[in-house]
Amino acid sequence: MAATEFRIWRQDGAEGEGGYRDYTTDVTEGMVVLDAVHQIQAESANDLAVRWNCKAGKCGSCSAEVNGNPRLMCMTRMSDLPADRPVTVEPMRAFPVIRDLVCDVSWNYEVKKKIEPFEPRPPDAEDGTWRIAQEDVERVQEFRKCIECFLCQDVCHVLRDHHLHDEFVGPRFFVYNAALEMHPLDTRDRLASLKQDEGIGYCNITKCCTKVCPEHITITDNAIIPLKERVVSEFYDPLKRLFRVFSGGSRA
Amino acid sequence: MDQTPYEYDVLVVGAGGAGLRAAIEASAAGASCGVICKSLLGKAHTVMAEGGMAAAIGNVDERDDWKVHVTDTLRGGQYLSNPKMAEIHAKEAPERALELEAWGALFDRTKDGRILQRNFGGHRYPRLAHVGDRTGLEMIRTLQDHGIHRGIDFHMEYTVFRLLLDDGRVAGALAYDRERGRFRVYRAKAVVLATGGIGRAFKITSNSWEYTGDGHTLAYDAGADLIDMEFVQFHPTGMVWPPSVRGILVTEGVRGEGGVLLNSDGERFMFDDIPPLYKDQTADSAEEGWRYVVGDRDARRPPELLTRDHVARCIVDQIKAGKGSPHGGVYLDIAWIKEKISNSEDHIRKKLPSMYHQFKELAGLDITKERMEVGPTTHYVMGGVRVDAESQMSSVPGLYAAGECAAGLHGANRLGGNSLSDLLVFGKRAGEYAAAFAREQGDIRLDQAAVEAGMKEALEPLEREGGEGPYQIQHELQDLMQEKVGIVRIESELEEAIEEIGRLSDRAKAVSAPGNREYNPGWHTALDLHPLLVVSEAVARAGLLRRESRGAQFRDDYPQKDERFGKVIIRAAKGADGEMVVEEMPVEPMSDELTRLVEEMG
Repeated sequence: MAATEFRIWRQDGAEGEGGYRDYTTDVTEGMVVLDAVHQIQAESANDLAVRWNCKAGKCGSCSAEVNGNPRLMCMTRMSDLPADRPVTVEPMRAFPVIRDLVCDVSWNYEVKKKIEPFEPRPPDAEDGTWRIAQEDVERVQEFRKCIECFLCQDVCHVLRDHHLHDEFVGPRFFVYNAALEMHPLDTRDRLASLKQDEGIGYCNITKCCTKVCPEHITITDNAIIPLKERVVSEFYDPLKRLFRVFSGGSRA
Repeated sequence: MDQTPYEYDVLVVGAGGAGLRAAIEASAAGASCGVICKSLLGKAHTVMAEGGMAAAIGNVDERDDWKVHVTDTLRGGQYLSNPKMAEIHAKEAPERALELEAWGALFDRTKDGRILQRNFGGHRYPRLAHVGDRTGLEMIRTLQDHGIHRGIDFHMEYTVFRLLLDDGRVAGALAYDRERGRFRVYRAKAVVLATGGIGRAFKITSNSWEYTGDGHTLAYDAGADLIDMEFVQFHPTGMVWPPSVRGILVTEGVRGEGGVLLNSDGERFMFDDIPPLYKDQTADSAEEGWRYVVGDRDARRPPELLTRDHVARCIVDQIKAGKGSPHGGVYLDIAWIKEKISNSEDHIRKKLPSMYHQFKELAGLDITKERMEVGPTTHYVMGGVRVDAESQMSSVPGLYAAGECAAGLHGANRLGGNSLSDLLVFGKRAGEYAAAFAREQGDIRLDQAAVEAGMKEALEPLEREGGEGPYQIQHELQDLMQEKVGIVRIESELEEAIEEIGRLSDRAKAVSAPGNREYNPGWHTALDLHPLLVVSEAVARAGLLRRESRGAQFRDDYPQKDERFGKVIIRAAKGADGEMVVEEMPVEPMSDELTRLVEEMG
């Protein structure tokens, strides 16, 4: 057992002035950052706000910045952090703070509503079921693993630094689009909205999102780049452009 | 304060599988529908379900059908289930699974492209539709993404703490906004409770903070009955090391894929104690057990796949006999399958990806190479609101319950995989019947005095100065329930527990939770004490009254089954004086057809 120092962001409501406050608590073997925060909450800061649920990396609720790195607190082991300086814990910085470590992520839920929902092809068999190859299931599993922790959104420059929330949906929703577009049964086409409404062109593939994903989804290479390529071939292919001019349609 | 009520035909409390499915159905029936949830959408406990959803589709073994499923469920529940519910569940689960696929869920496939099904404890044939070991995530995300396009209003991070009644029928609910601390009044013609379980009443649990028995208590306070509360499922395999992860679930899927339980001498102890009810269905040898795992249809299932109540008790016996692992568990070994298959490490990572990561990241252990240490963890409550089998309505008109907070399907013990299907089958039914009920109702009146009183009471912990903090009481309750109302129970300890719960209830009425109203976890914890104490009392009192050992209840002083108690369930309700009354009531009778089926299937 070792007394460990923490610097935790405290803020009284969205309009309040925030700042770090120092706490000390005993860290025992195997503890994760969320355990330490809870211990501090029980010992010396009963009103310290923190959002969490499963404590097993499955629900994506306890996103925060630990020593400046976007992390799930429940999956960050104390033993992996440097012991010679205080552990800094602060809320995700790309979203408004509600209180302390809790921020308002409702924008993400609004964005999702605007994305074209899933629509399957007609069933393959008379009993109303489909036949799908296991390889096709596995191909999109990577995107379906997403736990919606929004750490990728937190770290994305387009949102964090340029605040283009109205024009750009962020890595989470490119992963969501990829999951739908590559779903073996889906019939809809989301390329026009990816280009026009969701701003996929703003992503300059710095791969920050991929680095922080706790589910190890290769967001940039496997979701965003293939979607960008499809958008390019759909809208910037010279033959298709020519065809669009003559057919008068907005889409080929 | 703005108290203009939000108005809905159907108000759903809870946004896990049952709540979302109910809301989708109510909305499809033309009802206006609001969903209130304590967390953000998609974070409810369903997200953690790992193994799969039991549905007798018969894709892997065509001998499976609803008849086998219903008899498996009834046997697993030690014949205390509501047979009608078990029948509806077995008949409708396949349709609910297929419907999920039409909404975008992707399950693992058989070679010919149909939904693959996996083995699980107590199920005679491979029956669980699954996606690796993250089936719950697939299910909740599918329902969530389908639901957001159905015109349903979602109220995220609100806690309902009081139901409002109008002349005995339900009229709405009172909630507080967790983020900002404001109250909100809801007027609704029907309310569906889908709040999940009570695991936070115990110290070691796989359940999140949300599982404080809210729906159970809202219904109880409104005058509905709770039944089967003595039956709390202790899942045999939770993590035991390091201490901070103690209780986190290790899916039964590990055993479904061939994982074996070993004691400190390396003995596979599950072969030593096979209950008579399952003798004919259980493998005689390790060799036969492995053949079952790899799909030999003539082989019987390995003893690790006996029902959860039994496996949990066998583990406790090993630990008590001094044959446990260093940190007070036993060993669960999946790495051993390398003796049987050449690419075992890849196979394990593919079949059990989240278990692989969970142990790698939280315990620094590679399950493809090393044995895990596991022990029982509080996982699920079979008990809940007594509901009508068809409609899911409680004894309070307009008040419905579905999923874990309802009771009847699982009897004395739930089979793994029967929960996800329960959520969908009865969530759908609750939504459908609630919408129909709402259509028939005229205007309902909100009792303004009850609204004012409810809000005033909820603010007391914030305003009270100098009282005890809520965390201390919560921790004492969890320790008490773990020690005295846990896996092994005895009369004297249950009596002590009931007395102590009474004392804790008195202390809970005088707690202080200073701070302001915005996202104040101390205040939230103070308000959670009432439901936690109500469900704890119900578990202890029902456990005391059932003087026998059956399913999840093990009484050290009555270690055998008692035929008399095989015919009754235990009901807890609020008496006229406000005290809890527990009494026996007869088990719902079985239809002739089901009786015949049970006899035929053995």
